[in-house]
Order: sequence, then structure tokens, then C-alpha cells
Amino acid sequence: MKRLLFIALAGFAAIANAQTLRIGLAEDPDVLDPTMARTFVGRIVFAGLCDKLLDLDEKLNIVPQLATSYEWSADNKALTLKIRSGVTFHDGERLDAAAVKFNLERHKSMQGSNRRGELAVVSSVEAVDPSTVRIHLSAPFAPLLAVLTDRAGMMVSPKAAQAAGDKFGAHPVCSGPFKFVERVAQDRIVLERFPNYWNKGQIHFDRIVYLPIVDSTVRLANLRSGQLDFIERLAPNDVQNLKSDSRFKIARIVEIGYQGITINTGKSDMAQKNPLGKDARVREAFELSLDRNAIVQVAMEGEAQPGNQWVAPSNRYYAKSVPIPKRNLERAKQLLKEAGVPNPSFTLMTPTTSDGQRLAQVVQAMSKDAGFDIKIQAVEFATSLNLADKGQFEAYVLGWSGRADPDGNLQTFIACKGPLNTSGYCVPEVDEAIEKSRTSLDPAVRAKAYEVVASHVSKDRPILYLFHRNWLWAHTAKLSGLRTVPDGMVRLQGLQMK
Amino acid sequence: MLNYLLHRLALIVPTLFFVSVLIFGLQQLLPGDPAIALAGEDRDPEVVAFLRAKFHLDEPLPVRYWYWAKGVLQGDLGDSVRIQKPVSELITEKLPVTLQLAAMAIVIALVIGLTAGVISAVKKDTWWDYGANVFALWGLSTPNFWLGILLILLFAVHLGWLPASGYVSPFEDLKENLASMIMPAFVLGNAFAAVLMRHTRSAMLQVLSSDYVRTARAKGLDERVVVLKHALRNALVPVITLGALGLGELLGGAVLTEQVFSIPGFGKLIVDAVFNRDYSVVQGVVLFTASAYILLNLLADMAYFYVNPRLRH
Repeated sequence: MKRLLFIALAGFAAIANAQTLRIGLAEDPDVLDPTMARTFVGRIVFAGLCDKLLDLDEKLNIVPQLATSYEWSADNKALTLKIRSGVTFHDGERLDAAAVKFNLERHKSMQGSNRRGELAVVSSVEAVDPSTVRIHLSAPFAPLLAVLTDRAGMMVSPKAAQAAGDKFGAHPVCSGPFKFVERVAQDRIVLERFPNYWNKGQIHFDRIVYLPIVDSTVRLANLRSGQLDFIERLAPNDVQNLKSDSRFKIARIVEIGYQGITINTGKSDMAQKNPLGKDARVREAFELSLDRNAIVQVAMEGEAQPGNQWVAPSNRYYAKSVPIPKRNLERAKQLLKEAGVPNPSFTLMTPTTSDGQRLAQVVQAMSKDAGFDIKIQAVEFATSLNLADKGQFEAYVLGWSGRADPDGNLQTFIACKGPLNTSGYCVPEVDEAIEKSRTSLDPAVRAKAYEVVASHVSKDRPILYLFHRNWLWAHTAKLSGLRTVPDGMVRLQGLQMK
Repeated sequence: MLNYLLHRLALIVPTLFFVSVLIFGLQQLLPGDPAIALAGEDRDPEVVAFLRAKFHLDEPLPVRYWYWAKGVLQGDLGDSVRIQKPVSELITEKLPVTLQLAAMAIVIALVIGLTAGVISAVKKDTWWDYGANVFALWGLSTPNFWLGILLILLFAVHLGWLPASGYVSPFEDLKENLASMIMPAFVLGNAFAAVLMRHTRSAMLQVLSSDYVRTARAKGLDERVVVLKHALRNALVPVITLGALGLGELLGGAVLTEQVFSIPGFGKLIVDAVFNRDYSVVQGVVLFTASAYILLNLLADMAYFYVNPRLRH
């Protein structure tokens, strides 16, 4: 009898659990305010909490979310958005053009806003009528649509934001499928179903619990023991092992970001003090000493796509005229001989992450065959960023989580005045081409401009793009409806437990 | 005794002042620009400038110390920049977790360590003694994170008896709470038990060979009374010191164990705050744990009076 009761209780518990989706995150998110937020992992939580004006599909096309349509003005200096009717925030406030105007202005004016740079070209926002917003720009800006598919396009309740001021992130109020319940720092973030969600037919869970578990082995152990239903960033070396277990499924998509090596070509005096920064032939030899396919196999267990540009070869803006160079040791040695440094030596700085250090070691071993003598300097992440910003490095292993529009992976790192141009690279023709790619809405014109940039960057090599990782997700086989979008966000619409 | 207590209490003030200066000063030695670390991957120059101004990072060190100390004296430990929560709230949130973990670990350590230490001393040079020594060596040389992962694989993944990681409040579900805490507490307690066992054994051996124990035995007292009442009580003095120091250390957070078991305690909080250069959190939590440590030491000193009557004179 007791046993029967136990089985019945267990059954009820399973049904109750089926209404909750438990997601294991690789890090603890930062502040849950779209205006102030600055981490990749925070965006995963926002996917459940805050809807955006526009969204991305699996092919990186811009699709409607809170805005049902958009239209550019004839001079491309104004973008008109039609706002979905009947949408309310979690506090019951109406989401209309005035709320959108408030949000965009908040992004631009709030002290410490991380969105200000993304919306720098926005000169004013006009609420034309309750369902129409017009965004006026100081100059045409093609990446704006993609910017609105991320945190800059997230809408928060004006009433709640005004009341909470700079503490809004502690109790965020948005209009997404789930509303905020509680956050215990480093332990969990709990969301519950928002009954008035405009797209509620697509929502099949009552609660979402995000649990940050930093160690990938422990994250996986939680999935295997049934404590979690879904984990993001499965470690590549766990893929083989998990594949043989029919209770789980693995999903993957190539990231929109990249992993590479930034070379100090002009950021500081150090650029001229080492052969790598000083001589383009040495950089070419360095690239030719590397086999990207082998790097991907060894450092990433094959869970990445080799690449040589700021977007993956599968991206529509990848410049096909600049293909991935093959490893050529003879040519590399020849170039080093011509440069008069048959055994160039330099220091490769890497953050102390296991991925970064593994990549640095593979690069060190490979380039040795061409005569390079690389010293690896593993530095704590925040310190390495600081050294990079000051130009106190020769080469630096660093990745970028990526933005939906290629511009977000390029301008800030390569343009002369790009805020993250730690290479110190500055070529007027490249700046001109980048500017053209930003101001034209014609994909053909943009692609042409990126070809110009690629031809320069592939010769000058301020950044040696190496590969684009797969976002690896593992989940219980009972979960269906998962959409793999290259931005790495876990979209909850359509997800359900069988 | 009262004079001694007052003297010790008076000493706390300059100690805490020194600790606060030390925490603040050491943090400034951390390499890297906190504003850049906090500005996230975009490192927007305007955001960096804003953070620099907000935290007075461009001002001289004494001025910055003054801003912080003034807040602390008024009971304001500042806010976490990373998650926009007051540090005092974070401490209140994490303290019960850390206290429970530390208490459970200490209980496990005391039960295992004292028992093994006493048996080992009483049964010196027997298989009991050898066994206890092997246990101590194992406890001391097993890395916490490794033992933690092995326990997770065994009890959570293979047997499915315990949750792999995470924390459930005892007020929410006591059974789940104990299930989630037992493995991390055992990992921590196991390592500490080994240290306690070694100290208990050596103190017991010393006491057991003293004259008064021989006298007690000569009086014909039961061996159990001799060992537990006469010998153990005196042997406990160094063990109490060790226990208090151990508890103080555990209150500072068990970084690796908390990381492996995803226990949201002080250790995890401090480590994340250091890596993210969330200065207010580091300063607030370290100041709090330093104060707790000082108080525990004081309590340990008071406990000496209780267990060792000679000290009262």
C-alpha cells in the first residue's frame, strides 16, 4: 500500500515538474535591466522575460515581435515601426508607441547605459500615434534593425522603470512570456508564466528556473540526474559521451561571434618592438603556420566552424573572395626568411580560461613547425582586458560573442576609432568601406563593402580570425520545439515537454 | 574574567580598523581597471567613465577609503554594481547558507575527527590506530573538488539518491535542504576531520601519559570515565582553538566546494565579486567575515575557561 502511495505521489510530482523548465546556465547573469545589462548570459534570461521590438529567426532574418512591421523612409534616415496592439507589460500597463519612445530614450539617456553606443545614431523618437513609432536618425544606419533584436529593442514598463530608478534591475517588469518572481544571486532566477502574454498559445510552461552552475561537469551531472531539463554551453568533450544516452538530445548552432588572436599592430610602442606587430610578412607566416581544421579538432573537439573573417563562412555577408588560407609551412618559412627573422619570438596573452589556454597551446605547437617561438602568458580575464586596452601585449587570444549584424563584429574592433580596436589598426580605406556598409540598406552594396574590408584585413591581419564555436545545448529528450538561432538565446516560445 | 573580556572587546575596534584598511588597500593592488571589468564586453568608453566617476576611482586612495568607511559606519556597505543589490542584503541572503554549511561540516568533522582521534590514542599502535591514520592521510590529501565530483557522480548520477547540486532553503523543504547540503558538508567536514583527528590524537596521547590520569586509573576508575571525563576534557583545549579557527575559515566561504555544488554562499559570492571587480561586495563580505572570525576567536578563548578550570585563577 505504502509502495502504491509512493508511486502515485511520484507520478504527481512528475506532472507538477513538467510545468517547470529548469535551465542550467554557465554563469550568473549580471543586472536584469536591458539598459544596463552587459553579459551574454543575461541575454538568455531576457529571452524569457523581455520581448523585443524585432527578433531573429534561424537564418538570422529580422522577424516581427513587438513591432509587427517596419519601413524605412526614402532617405533611410527614419525608421517607422508599427507596434503590436493589445500588448501589456507584466504590471498591466499598456505597451504602446509612448512606451516604446520612453524605452528608447531611456536607453539613450540613462546614466551608465550600455545601449547608448548602439543607439548613437538615433537623434529622436516620435510617437506618431498609439501604434506607430518613428525613429529619426542622424545618418542612415543599416545595423539598427539588428540592434533592435537585442537588448536595445527590449521594452520595460515605463511606470515600473520610473518608480524603481537605477534599482529597476532588481525587479524587472517587461512584456515577455514570463514575469519575474525572484532572484537569489548565484543560485537561481525564477520566472512564472505571464497570463496576458500576447503570444500565450506558444507558451507551455508555468515556471522557468534558471540555475547558474559554472562547472560544466556539474552542469551535465545535474542534467543526467534529472535536476535540470536543459543546459547551455555543454563542454565539447562531453558531446561523445552524451550522444550515446538516448534520454538526452544535443542541439548545436554556429555562433554569430568568433574566436581569434588580436595582434598589436599599432596600439602602442610594443607593436614596433616585436616582429609580429612590425612586419606583415611575419603575420602572414604566422597565419600560414596554422591549420584551422586541426585547431578546431584539437581545441574544440570538432565543435566549431573554421573561419577567417568576423562572420562565419555560412553567413550571407562572408566575403567568398577571401577564402580560408591553407596551412603552408614552406611558404611560412620563406616569408620569415625574407623578413630576416627565421625564428621570431613573441608573447601570446590569453585569459586563464581552459578554452583560451588550450587554443594558445595548440597555436604554440603548430607555429613552432614554421620556426615561431611563442611564450604563453595566461592572465586573469579582467586584467587581460586592461592590458589589451593599454596596448601592453603582443598577441592576445580573445573571442567575441557576436552581434546579429556583421557591423557589430567589425566596426568596434577594426575602424580607426572603434572603442575596442585593441590592435591599433587604422586604414582609411577600411573605415570608408565600413561606413558604406553601415549607411546602405542594400545587401549587395553592403556585401561589396565587406569584401573590401576583408581584402585589407586578410592582408594586414590585425585580428587572426580562427573559428566560430558551436553553441552546444543538451536537454532531456522529452523536450521538443527548440529553435536554434545563431545568437545563442534560448527562446521559450514553442518549447514543451512531451 | 570580566576584565579580560572587556580588554578583548576593546581590542576589537583597532583590529577591525586595521582589517578595513587592509581589505581596502589589498583590493587596490588587484591588477586591472575595475571600471573596464564592470563595463562588460562592450567596454563603452562612456560607461567606463560613468563607472569611474560613480566609484570615485579617479580620486586618491584615502579619499576613496573615507567614502567607504563613512558608509560602513552609517551601516551602508554599498551596492553590488553587477546585480544592483545592497551588499547587506546579499550578506543576509548568503549568511544562513554559509552558516548551515559551516555548522554541518563542523558537526561532521567533530563526530569523525574526535572519535577517530580518541580511539587512535587509546588504541595506540593497533590496527585501529593505523586505520585512523590512513583515514587522516586520505582526508588531508584528497582535493575537495575531486571528492565533490566523485560524490556527485555516485550519489546523484548513478544512484540518484541526492541532488547533484544547488540549494533549497530549509524553510521551503527541510528534507530537500538536508539532501542538498549533505554532500558539500561531508566534503568540507571530511578534510577538517582529518586535521582534528591528528590534533586530538596527539593531545590525548600527551594527556593520557600524565600523572593525574595514572592516579585516576590507580583509584580504580572505569577506563571510560578516565578517557572521556578526565583525559578528553583537558585534551580539548587545543582542539577548541582549532575548531574555532576552522569555523571562522568556513564562514569565510568554502570557495571550491561551493563552486562544485553550486551552493550560493560567501565563497562563491566573494570569488565572483573579485573576478568582476565588484569592490563593494568584496569589501563588505570580507569585513563581515573578519568580524565574525574575531568574535569566534573571542568565544573560543571564553570556552577555555569553561573546559580548563586552571585558567580561571
